[in-house]
Order: sequence, then structure tokens, then C-alpha cells
Amino acid sequence: MRMFKLLLVFVLALPLSAFAQGKLNVVSTTEDLGSLAREIGGDKVSVTALAKGYQDPHFVDPKPSFILAVSRADVLIVVGRELEIGWLPPLLTSSRNGKIQQAGKGYLDASTNVRILEIPTGQITRAMGDVHPLGNPHYWLEPGNGRRIAQSIRDKFSELSPGNASYFAQRYTDFDTRLAAGEKRWDAAMAPYKGTKIVTYHRSWPNFMERFGLDVMGYVEPKPGIPPSPSHTIELIDEMKRQGAKLIVVEPYFDLKTPQAIATQVGGKVLVLAPSVGGSKEATDYIQLFDYDVNQLLAALKQVTGK
Amino acid sequence: MRTTRFACAALLAATLVAAPRDAVAQAADQAQIQQQIDQLRREFNDRLTALEAQLAALQGGQPAPAPSAAQAPPPAQTTVDVPAGAAGAGGPSGPLPVYGNVAAGSKIFNPDMAVIGDFLGASGRNRVDPQPALEMHESEASFQAIVDPYARADFFVSFGEEGVELEEGVLTLTSLPGGFLTKVGKMRAAFGKVNALHNHVLPWTDRPLVTRNLVGGEDGIDDAGISVARLLPAGPLFLEATGEIYRGDASESLFRSSKRGDLAYVAHLRGYHDITESTNIDLGTSYSYGHNPAGIVNDVDLGRFTTNLFGVDATLRWRPLTRAIYHQFVGRSEVIWSNREQFDGRQRSMGYYVSGDYQFARRWWLGGRFDHSERAEDASLLDRGGSAVLTYWPSEFSQVRGQYRHTRYADGPDANELLFQFQFSIGAHGAHPF
Repeated sequence: MRMFKLLLVFVLALPLSAFAQGKLNVVSTTEDLGSLAREIGGDKVSVTALAKGYQDPHFVDPKPSFILAVSRADVLIVVGRELEIGWLPPLLTSSRNGKIQQAGKGYLDASTNVRILEIPTGQITRAMGDVHPLGNPHYWLEPGNGRRIAQSIRDKFSELSPGNASYFAQRYTDFDTRLAAGEKRWDAAMAPYKGTKIVTYHRSWPNFMERFGLDVMGYVEPKPGIPPSPSHTIELIDEMKRQGAKLIVVEPYFDLKTPQAIATQVGGKVLVLAPSVGGSKEATDYIQLFDYDVNQLLAALKQVTGK
Repeated sequence: MRTTRFACAALLAATLVAAPRDAVAQAADQAQIQQQIDQLRREFNDRLTALEAQLAALQGGQPAPAPSAAQAPPPAQTTVDVPAGAAGAGGPSGPLPVYGNVAAGSKIFNPDMAVIGDFLGASGRNRVDPQPALEMHESEASFQAIVDPYARADFFVSFGEEGVELEEGVLTLTSLPGGFLTKVGKMRAAFGKVNALHNHVLPWTDRPLVTRNLVGGEDGIDDAGISVARLLPAGPLFLEATGEIYRGDASESLFRSSKRGDLAYVAHLRGYHDITESTNIDLGTSYSYGHNPAGIVNDVDLGRFTTNLFGVDATLRWRPLTRAIYHQFVGRSEVIWSNREQFDGRQRSMGYYVSGDYQFARRWWLGGRFDHSERAEDASLLDRGGSAVLTYWPSEFSQVRGQYRHTRYADGPDANELLFQFQFSIGAHGAHPF
């Protein structure tokens, strides 16, 4: 009986059928990184993005279906800066995949090479809300950072698949050209609104707003990750009236009730922007994301500023 | 010292200048910059030497020996002053040495630490299983870190009112060939769902009656052993088989080993499928076997009795992705059968719970649970109960919960209780449970 049970325990652990594939199997934690990986990898990679663009990337369930995806990955691209701290570690542990563990060859932290804002200095405590001690993790919302992420991805892909290095380099150059053209377009379109004061729900947009010259004067959240409170909302309304801010930018995963109430009070407008690829139907890839957001912003700014 | 500082500044400036260029050019630039730094360092050292010699000459002393550029300065002894007010009291005077690792570079390897407090209160009447009115039920300290490229370790130490207990202390081998996820240490067994969960992630202030009656109570199957889990190829379906071997000592009443061979075994098969992106189903079957304490008389296992446990569990989750922080529902049930040998023959007992929890606002949860369980030692005794639970989350790191619980015990008066709980967490941000 005992022998049988011992046997049962080990039979359950059957040998794994190793699967060899020509393509690099890429898993990214967000759709933005997934889109950049597709730009560089083309048909030499197959890409799976875990979190959807319309979901709060701080609160993603570490579903077992994600374990399956990560267990088969050759490359795992993460946003880093503790954005995924609530859900990625259990996926890594359960993945049984040595390649994409933190020190593994297939692990790529996209934040190592980019410009990070709001790195806290001095003492930080949770009394400040859910602060990110390593800086604001929403850094992908700036084309310059997108270019740097694409470089990291190109280098990582070339390291893992040296035979395709020139292919990846070629695709990077092509992406870089299209992105530069986009930047010209977006910068020119946004130029008339430089210095316009706006409000955002969460601190998701510092890189984006800095790039396009908009001045974020307040947040709907009293502190990062803390839901709106009546007293903070009243203060915010007063401050918006005083400074003449009319536009409230909200991520698609937040409730619109409070922002709408504020907009009514200040005679302004609520605008839902896509913080990520897939955050709206039109934002299908990294360049489309900026096309969509910039167009939406332009229409809204025109309306509230009358310019 | 100033040389180093200057070199650092130069290096930093060089890095900033070099950063945006691409990799090939960067390597060439680096070599060039390194040369420049070395050049500057040499010039700087020569000049410093000359100045020192000049100074010595002006002071009328012997010319100072020229320090060689290659000579490293002796490691500075780190010191602190005698605390103010303590000087002259017969103790040491002047600077005191500081022992230990002052530079503290190795502190970055300290594990992630957190403490979760679990405070319980109870009012109402319960004569069968009374809890104290107020209780700091548990303070769970966790220490978690990566051990080396092949493993991570997780320790959970539980400080309760009765003392300290190692709830879990586990080495997890993450990169074994063949897809085996292996855990070694003391751990909560993968029997069903609730057994593997720590108190602070439960949706209630207590554990279901079936856990108390059939699976060894709050501690459950929490023993020293080895666990091996493997994903089974099943296309898009997540299928995981787990086999575990334990020493055979799980809680007071469930398993007790009186010799080395009295091991306990746990097997678990888990299937998971995403029905849609917001709805998923999680099914499991479990089996466990071990020697029970029924046959132990005066520390001698006369009966050599064993217990077999079978379980099935099902969890349905719904969480709309665009409103994931405001609404979700988790429905869960576990049914457990116990087959226990005793002096008076075999007892075949069954128990289950059904629960549902709904998050109706960003900070609010409403839940309910129905309990039904016979007792392992006497299947003719049936306990039943029902609970309603309301939970409030001020933030991700704290939680307040109230639970009304009605229990109809087989061998005592009915209990009507109002239980409440405060939970609070400090330290490293833990992973969200799933």
C-alpha cells in the first residue's frame, strides 16, 4: 500500500515533452511592451501580453493561465519599477522556467534604460499612499522612452537569436523612422496648448504630459492608490477654479462619477484616454496609441480652451 | 579622496553624455573615456604630489615622500564619538570604533520582510467552541527572498497568544529540469483550497466547520515534507498535479506518526480554465492518507489506525477587467469525506461549505457561507452553521471585517455570535492572493 502511494506521487510527475520552436516565444506583462516586441520581432517572434490595456496594471490577477504562458516563454519583458509587484512574483515562482527568472537570460526589465520621473527622495512611508519607491512606473507613455525600450528589446532579441540580429536591427530602424515622424506630428499638434493646466485621476501620465507640455496641477486621487475623498475633491475643485484648469484625464479602469462631478462644478470636461495599447479600440499599437491619445486630447483641449 | 571624487564626477558626466548613443558606439566611447579619466588621474596625482612637496618645504620640514599613484590609502577605521554627557564618567574617551558592516552593502540582500496583524473580537454566546472576547490572534512575520539562481525561500512565523510557531518555512526550487516545481520544508499542504491559505487571505474571520471537524482545525495539514508539482500538457487548459510526502504529524487530531514509516501523503489535481477574460473556473480533487492518533494508548500506537481523506473543490470567479478594482465575485465550495479507523470501527464522515463573496464597491465586500459537517470521530454528530460577512478596506494594507455567525452544534446549545476582525500589514508589498 505504501509503495503504491509513493509510486502514485511520482507517476503524477511525468516527464515533460520539450517543445522546440523556431520563433522566440515572448511574453510581456503589458500590451505596450508586447506591441514594441512585435515591432522589433516581426514574424521571428510570437508575442503574448498578460495584462490588457484597459485594465489597471497594478491589480492584475495572477491567473494559472498566465502561468502556462510564462512557463513556455523564451523572453519575459516586464515594466519593472514594482508595477507588477502584486502579481508577477507568484507567476515567476510557479512558471518552472529558469530562463525567465530575474537573473535569467530571457528576463528583460524594460525600465533599466529609460527616463524615470518622480523617484522619491528622502523618507517615504505608506502614509503617502501606494508610492513606488523606484519611481513612477508609467514611463512608457513617452515616445523617447518607447524608443529606448525598443532598443533594449532589439538587443535582447539579438542576444537570444543572433542569427536574426540584422533582421531585428532593420525592423528597429524602420520603427525608429515611423516613431520620429509621429513625434514630429504630435509635437506640432500639441504645441499651441503648451502650459495648459489639467488634472489627471492617477499619476499615470507624468512622462506623457511633460513631453507634450501640459501642466498637471492636481489629481482626483488624494494620494496614489487612495480613492477620492469628499474633502480632497472640494479642495481640488477650488484649486481648479483658481488656476483655470478645465480638463480631467481619466484612465479607462476608473469610475467616472467623481471626475464628472468635478467637471460639472468647474464647467470642464472629462476625457478618457488610453494609458496603454489596447486601452481603447483605436490604440492598436504603440504609434497608434499616441495618435489616438493626441487626437483625443486636441479635440478636448480645443473645446475647453477655445483655441 | 579628492582624486576619487573627481574621477567619479568625470565618470558620471561621461556616462550621462554617453547614455543615449547606441551600443556599438558606446563601447568605443567607453574605452576612450576610460583613457581620458586615467590621463586626468595621472595629471591630478602629479600635481597633488608637487603641491604637497611645496607645502612641506614651506613648513620647513623634510620634503614629504611622494605618494605613489598605485598605493591605495589604508582602510579608514570607522569611529563614533563618545555620546554627549557620557564623557569623563570613567568610561572610554575619544573616538570609539564601530564594529560590524558599516558600509551595509550586504543589507540589500536582506529578505523582503512584512508583518501582518490579525486582531479578533467576539461577542455573543458559544459554549462548545468559545473564543476570547478580544484577542491578538496572530502576528505573522514573513521573510522572503531569492536564495540563488535555482531557488527561493519563504518563511512565515506566526506569533500567537500561545507562543511562536513556524507556519511555513519553505525552499522552492524554481528551475529544475522537467518542469518540476519542488518545495522542501514545513508547509501548508495542497489539500483543497482553504488548507493552503493563510488566515489573512481568507474571506472570513474563521475557518469553515468542515476544516475544524475533518481536516485538523485552523492549522490543518501543515507539516514537514516535500512537495512536487508538475504541469500536465492539456492544450489551453491549466492542469497541475501535485504529490506531497509529509512526516505524518498534522495538527492534534488528524495525523500522528509514532514511527518513521508513518508518513502522510497528499495528492492534488487542479484544473483551471478562463471561460471569458473576466470569468474563470478552478476545479480540484485532493486525497490524503496518514496514521491517526485514535489507536495511541499511553504513547504506544496499539491500533495502527489510519485516516483517508478525499476532497473536491470548485471556485468560480468573475472580475470585469475594466472595473476590476470595483467589482468582483468569488463563489467557492469544498466537499470533504473522511474515512477514519478507530477502536469502535470505521467512521465515514462528510462535510462541506459553500461560500460567496461579492465586492460591491472599491472598498466594500459582502459575503456569506453555509457550513455543514459531521465529525471525524463520530459521524452521527452533525454541526451546521451560517455566516454573513461584511468587509471594509481602507487601503490595500488594512482591513476591517464583521461576521455574524450562527452555529447549530450536535452536542451543545446553538451559538449566535458577532465576530469582528482588524487586519493590518506593514513592510514589503506582498503578492495578491488568487
